[in-house]
Amino acid sequence: MTELADLTIAAIRDGVRDGAFTAREVAEAFNARVAEASALNAFLVATPDHALAAADAADAARAAGETLKPMAGVPIGMKDLFCTAGVRTTAASHILEDFTPTYESTVSQNLWNAGAGMLGKLNLDQFAMGSSNETSYFGNVISPWRRRDGGNAALAPGGSSGGSSSAVAARLCPGATGTDTGGSIRQPAAFTGISGIKPTYGRCSRWGTIAFASSLDQAGPMARTVRDCAIMLEAMAGFDAKDSTSLQLDVPAWEAGLSGDLRGKRVGIPKEYRVDGMPAEIEALWQQGIAWLRDAGAEIVEVSLPHTQYALPAYYIIAPAEASSNLARYDGVRYGLRDLPDGANLQQMYAATRAAGFGPEVKRRIMIGTYVLSAGFYDAYYTQAQKVRALIARDFERAWEQCDLLLAPTAPSAAFALGEKSADPIAMYLNDVFTVPSSLAGLPAMSVPGGLDAAGLPLGLQIIGKALDEQSVLNAGLAIEERAGFTARPERWW
Amino acid sequence: MSNYRVQGATGEWEVVIGLEVHAQVTSNAKLFSGAATAFGAEPNTQVSLVDAAMPGMLPVPNMECIRQAVRTGMAIDAQINRWSRFDRKNYFYADLPQGYQISQLYHPLVGEGAIEISLDEKDPEGAVKRIGVERIHVEQDAGKLMHDQHPTRSYVDLNRSGVALMEIVSRPDMASPAEAGAYLRKLRAILRYVGSCDGNMEEGSMRADVNVSVRRPGDPLGTRTETKNVNSVRFVMAAIDYEVKRQIDVLEEGGTIVQETRLFDPDKGVTRSMRSKEDAHDYRYFPDPDLLPLELDEAFLAECRASLPELPDAKRHRYEGLGISPYAANVLTAEVEAARWFDALLETDAKPVAAANWVTSELFGALNRLGRSIDDSPVSPTQAAELLALVADGTLSGSLAKQVFEIMLETGDGAAKVVEDRGLKQTSDTGAIEAVIADVIAKNPKQYEQFKGGKEALFGFFVGQTMKAMGGKANPAVVNELLKKALA
Repeated sequence: MTELADLTIAAIRDGVRDGAFTAREVAEAFNARVAEASALNAFLVATPDHALAAADAADAARAAGETLKPMAGVPIGMKDLFCTAGVRTTAASHILEDFTPTYESTVSQNLWNAGAGMLGKLNLDQFAMGSSNETSYFGNVISPWRRRDGGNAALAPGGSSGGSSSAVAARLCPGATGTDTGGSIRQPAAFTGISGIKPTYGRCSRWGTIAFASSLDQAGPMARTVRDCAIMLEAMAGFDAKDSTSLQLDVPAWEAGLSGDLRGKRVGIPKEYRVDGMPAEIEALWQQGIAWLRDAGAEIVEVSLPHTQYALPAYYIIAPAEASSNLARYDGVRYGLRDLPDGANLQQMYAATRAAGFGPEVKRRIMIGTYVLSAGFYDAYYTQAQKVRALIARDFERAWEQCDLLLAPTAPSAAFALGEKSADPIAMYLNDVFTVPSSLAGLPAMSVPGGLDAAGLPLGLQIIGKALDEQSVLNAGLAIEERAGFTARPERWW
Repeated sequence: MSNYRVQGATGEWEVVIGLEVHAQVTSNAKLFSGAATAFGAEPNTQVSLVDAAMPGMLPVPNMECIRQAVRTGMAIDAQINRWSRFDRKNYFYADLPQGYQISQLYHPLVGEGAIEISLDEKDPEGAVKRIGVERIHVEQDAGKLMHDQHPTRSYVDLNRSGVALMEIVSRPDMASPAEAGAYLRKLRAILRYVGSCDGNMEEGSMRADVNVSVRRPGDPLGTRTETKNVNSVRFVMAAIDYEVKRQIDVLEEGGTIVQETRLFDPDKGVTRSMRSKEDAHDYRYFPDPDLLPLELDEAFLAECRASLPELPDAKRHRYEGLGISPYAANVLTAEVEAARWFDALLETDAKPVAAANWVTSELFGALNRLGRSIDDSPVSPTQAAELLALVADGTLSGSLAKQVFEIMLETGDGAAKVVEDRGLKQTSDTGAIEAVIADVIAKNPKQYEQFKGGKEALFGFFVGQTMKAMGGKANPAVVNELLKKALA
């Protein structure tokens, strides 16, 4: 029999409902996995009691003959960017190292309301700023994957949701929450051979999620199958009056709507995503993806997104600009770290606190953001970037006249070694080249595993859809999943 | 007044004044959070997670605050922008938890409007001047720092943090302290009529940033200074007076005015430099990405318009149309509570002119003496109407009415009851009055002789003696007539 902790979300849900096993057995199995995996550094805090309590509630509900909630008995990992009442929430930063919220984020509350339990809080890039998880104050997460070259180089799990990707790929949890600002769900999913979807901006409430860049931040699920992503996203999404940018729409029944039959759908292949220096294996996988979607009944068309090359620079102006303002609240006055040198005045206290509390990448982005918003530079940078953003959105609008979905690689490379790019911020930022355009346009986008490269590392394919059309994105993801037959998993070394 | 000039040592100077008024929006909750807004609560008891800028907290616009700002804009006949947007003004200070104030720089809610002021408030129908209002936008207030509670620490009170303010920005259209005072009083009256701000300057619900410059008549605008947060009409006028004299002194001594922010010291009546342009913050304004643009539909605007009350000028004109003097109409409409009270009185059978005269003299005099506001008046409009009706039908003379009113103030009884209980009814009974007159003449033979001898001024003495003997209840016209006969 399969180990309980190897089951998918759907299998756990069904098994608990059908009495094949108890939710408590599932929670205990995963709690044990989490406890044994400290070498991955995926979890910042373990919350075994939270998982057990949710499991016991599910078991009691079943015993009482009640209809079980949609995620009853499913334990998940929670990215440590979501505020959780009574559980330390750090954004992987020193400045919030000892911060324990009194309130629960809407997304996490929605999951608990759906019957899920929490195994713990997952490591991430500090304030979700990074593509390798190396900016965490609590040390980098290590990917469970290793290259087939016999070396033991520790690989990046992607970022910023690197704790989530690592934990799901290593089967420490069947699913985890992520947040995606410029690719922070999709790129780590691709690096670790799992699935992840960033829904349309506004589907998931941002209330109680520590902000990086408000106009881009969007929560989404990371799990091993497309079905699991659909189940989890249904639980996470929904209108929230506490978030002005939340969409006032009912949550569709995405799981019930799943179908790998793509007849009648047109899939666009954006020619601008064929970038110089992209590994041949990624190009080959992209071609394979096209063949799979054609096989599923889709018509393939070539489309043009002419402003793609400007997306990354625009993103690295807009996101830091918003971040520089969003992170101003961490000032040592009301909560979090306070560094008060002897005789310091208010300004000196701010400087000391923020110098000590933020890591180098966070400081870099605060400085970039402060610069691009400053008088005299605002129009040249911020206003210009907003114009580019509008053009990017228009590119997609025009593409939708020819197709329903877009297929592209998720990232320009497989997982790289820790330390390989951390000295070169530009090389690191280039990781987001395929994920950033859809973020700027607020569109739903998903990464699903397509195969392994020659070194035995996973590669992901990205599907981008029209606003609010998560269903088509999930369906195309399912069509790929059914054909890719991706069963590879990292060998346990931790 | 519009030709206001200040005489310097070297000649005349013109004054140019613009005001930025911060008015706290009357609302039970803050601009972007559900926290309460009552004045005088214990420190940090009216603070939500949003106001304290806890991680992950988001602003949600309170549409009541938006509605009040729109109604205010409509009341000054301003352009209402159906599409507006919130911007962040970024700076670090301990009273600003978010590290930015949510305001509206680029696309304010309310555009161009105007307020008319009377150049002579004694003559409201005389010359008026239109003071342009450039814009009204809504923004968050900051918290409060207290530096005097501890030897080495400052305390922070976030009760005000996030409270909704309207910033009402005038054009530099005022040319004297008196015009600035008239503008502020008029603006305050409009806000209070609309109900969008209580106008309470002592509690900080309304404060003004005062922009002042001087120039030689006909010259282009001079460099201005901005005196921040002045919290009474009197202080605004005093701050302008001081700034004008200071600037003229500097210029006449060959100096230049520095564009700077200044503070007014009400104890000394002087302004002091706070920071110069060189030290000015770079606020890094940009659209708040947590908030969608504010889009107002026709139904919302229609409700705002329909809910506007009659405004001071319209009310004053209506009163004047009823025959009330412009001066009395102006006095009656200056404060919304008085106007409401008077409107209630007009809804009775009271004659407008008599009612206006009685309210402006008798009622206001009594309230002044008692130190009470009209909302707290011991006499209601209905009771006043009863009193006025007794005067109108001859039951009470003017002096009897004063007596009755005094008793009403003391006892709270109605006028008819007072008249009944105290027998204060005026009498025109000629027989009784003639008898008293005969008695008065008999008791004052000396004065009678003098009167007869041509000292006609003594007529008033006999009126007074007769009225006194009648206990003030005799109809004075009848007394006059009968006395004339008796003394003939």
